[in-house]
Amino acid sequence: MAEPIVSVRNVWRRYPGGVVAVDNVSIDIEQNEFFALLGPSGCGKTTLLRMISGLDTPSEGQIMIGGEDMSNTPPNKRPTNMVFQSYAVFPHMTVADNVAYGLRVTGVAEAEVQTRVKEGLEMVKLGHLADRKPDQMSGGQRQRVALARALVKRPKVLLLDEPLSALDAKLRDDMRLELTRLQKTVGITFIIVTHDQDEALSMATRIAVMNKGAIQQVATPQQLYEQPSSRFVADFIGKVNLFDATVIGQKGKAVLCDAKSIGKVELESAKSCAGNVTIAVRPEKLKISKAEPKGAGIIKTQAKVRDVAYYGDWSEVVADMADGHHISVNVQNDSREGGAGVAIGDKVWVNWQPSDSLVLTE
Amino acid sequence: MAAQLKPGQGPLEFSRRIWLRTLFAITILVLYTPIFVLIAFSFNKQNRGGVWKGFTFENYPKAWNNSAIFDAMINSLTIAFVTTLVATIIGTMVAVMLWRFKFPGKPAYEAVMGLPIVIPEICMGVALLLFFNKSGMTQLLAGAVWPFNLLTIIIAHIAFCFPFVTIVVRSRLVGFNRQLEEASKDLGATEMQTFWKILVPFMKPGLIAGALLAFTLSLDDFVITFFTAGPETVTFPVKIYSMVKTGVKYEVNAASTLLIIITIVATVLAMKLQSTEKAN
Repeated sequence: MAEPIVSVRNVWRRYPGGVVAVDNVSIDIEQNEFFALLGPSGCGKTTLLRMISGLDTPSEGQIMIGGEDMSNTPPNKRPTNMVFQSYAVFPHMTVADNVAYGLRVTGVAEAEVQTRVKEGLEMVKLGHLADRKPDQMSGGQRQRVALARALVKRPKVLLLDEPLSALDAKLRDDMRLELTRLQKTVGITFIIVTHDQDEALSMATRIAVMNKGAIQQVATPQQLYEQPSSRFVADFIGKVNLFDATVIGQKGKAVLCDAKSIGKVELESAKSCAGNVTIAVRPEKLKISKAEPKGAGIIKTQAKVRDVAYYGDWSEVVADMADGHHISVNVQNDSREGGAGVAIGDKVWVNWQPSDSLVLTE
Repeated sequence: MAAQLKPGQGPLEFSRRIWLRTLFAITILVLYTPIFVLIAFSFNKQNRGGVWKGFTFENYPKAWNNSAIFDAMINSLTIAFVTTLVATIIGTMVAVMLWRFKFPGKPAYEAVMGLPIVIPEICMGVALLLFFNKSGMTQLLAGAVWPFNLLTIIIAHIAFCFPFVTIVVRSRLVGFNRQLEEASKDLGATEMQTFWKILVPFMKPGLIAGALLAFTLSLDDFVITFFTAGPETVTFPVKIYSMVKTGVKYEVNAASTLLIIITIVATVLAMKLQSTEKAN
């Protein structure tokens, strides 16, 4: 495998006053990846991005870009460019001058500046607006200017700080596709910071989930969703039902757990586990029925429907279990009468295959 | 049924209340009548005495041809231009420093910075007079050729003008998006390039407004100038003062009217620039 384009090694960022924004983070980001840093606000993801760009300095640790140590390289000398959350488009310059800025200040010949600016604007479909001032443009257009401005520099790594957070829903979907298209066209590494799991799941090839300054898990979107490594990741990515349980025995891969809400269940776990664990299962893996389900090995529990939220193509059913905890079930509305078939107050059975649930030790 | 409001009693109908209108009229009368009289009499035919004798433009060429008034005006304009230039540069540098950096003793430094604005001009005038005398500058510059004999006045004017520039530029900088600066550096610009290509264009309305403010302050300053001027260096306000002592000639009115116009134009420009800056 080729050398990673960005290598973050044991990086810490402490602020005066004892706040630790980034807590001993190490990640390798490969060439051509669309990499997402995902986490709740204040988890240190933006700080990490800024340290890669050079706008912030690690308190400890090392950041390598393209195999070179960047410790003593200021941001204007790094092969990275950033798309800022506020876009930071220069208000006193036209679109073309904005895009040309990074080339002109580094002394690129004017003829080449012109061709590259033209290419850059074509790439983000803004060729017709080259002479506009930023205050005559919409947020989405300004963002494209910021993108073009960074891309004409031909960086090794493009850094995007919450690029979609200020756009409205429709524009966000367009831009999401646009970004993945651009990344494939220009063939450079994109690192995106986001707090929106849908954004990360739909765009990224790999995601690092961060919490409280530390990396929780680095995996592909599918792995993150189906094989979360901890309770935090399972809960942060998508919806999940979590049950507290105690391990009462383990035979090879089979673990026997005693969960208060769902009784004694036998699950599979690659890791050996003991003591208190969490059993996680996604709402869409659950089945709901009025009659007691039959079948060997399935996990089932009785509950009373508390709420049915209708979302058009699917409904979310929330039901209270005997011990007071609730369980969420996603039901596809695959017939016009409504797939849920249950109403508030109904006594129902919820069941699922043991293989659809996970045992989380953290 | 709710009580009907009489006109002028609505919550925001201040302009229709009689006592407010009266107050407004008195204010205008007291503040501006003297100025209008001054301007009106600059067109008076008779040379002195407070009687209107008919309309004429004659006082203007007379003032222009009065070499004492003319020289004083040239002195004042020279002082104002040099002061504006230097005060704007120093004031801007101070504003950027205060906005950009944190350093020990910053609040104290800021307070000292603003002193020339609050301390009475007369005190500053006396202090500068003593300083220039004791340091030997007055003596050194007394016989110097023009415009170097204006140096003490210029230094004094810079000292009281630049804090005003600092205040104006700094209030402009508060609205600066720091990410613009970061974006500039991220795109490969050095500190210097970022300053000239990003920060200066952003500050421009503030710079111009501050400069115009310094220009007006310097042009019509009397107290500090009076104390720091040498025997050969008479500025326009000082000249007028000495002329008024021997009775008002209407060419003084004419010259004063010109000064008022210059000041008003500069002020209006400064305000215009600040309001467009707010609109942006």
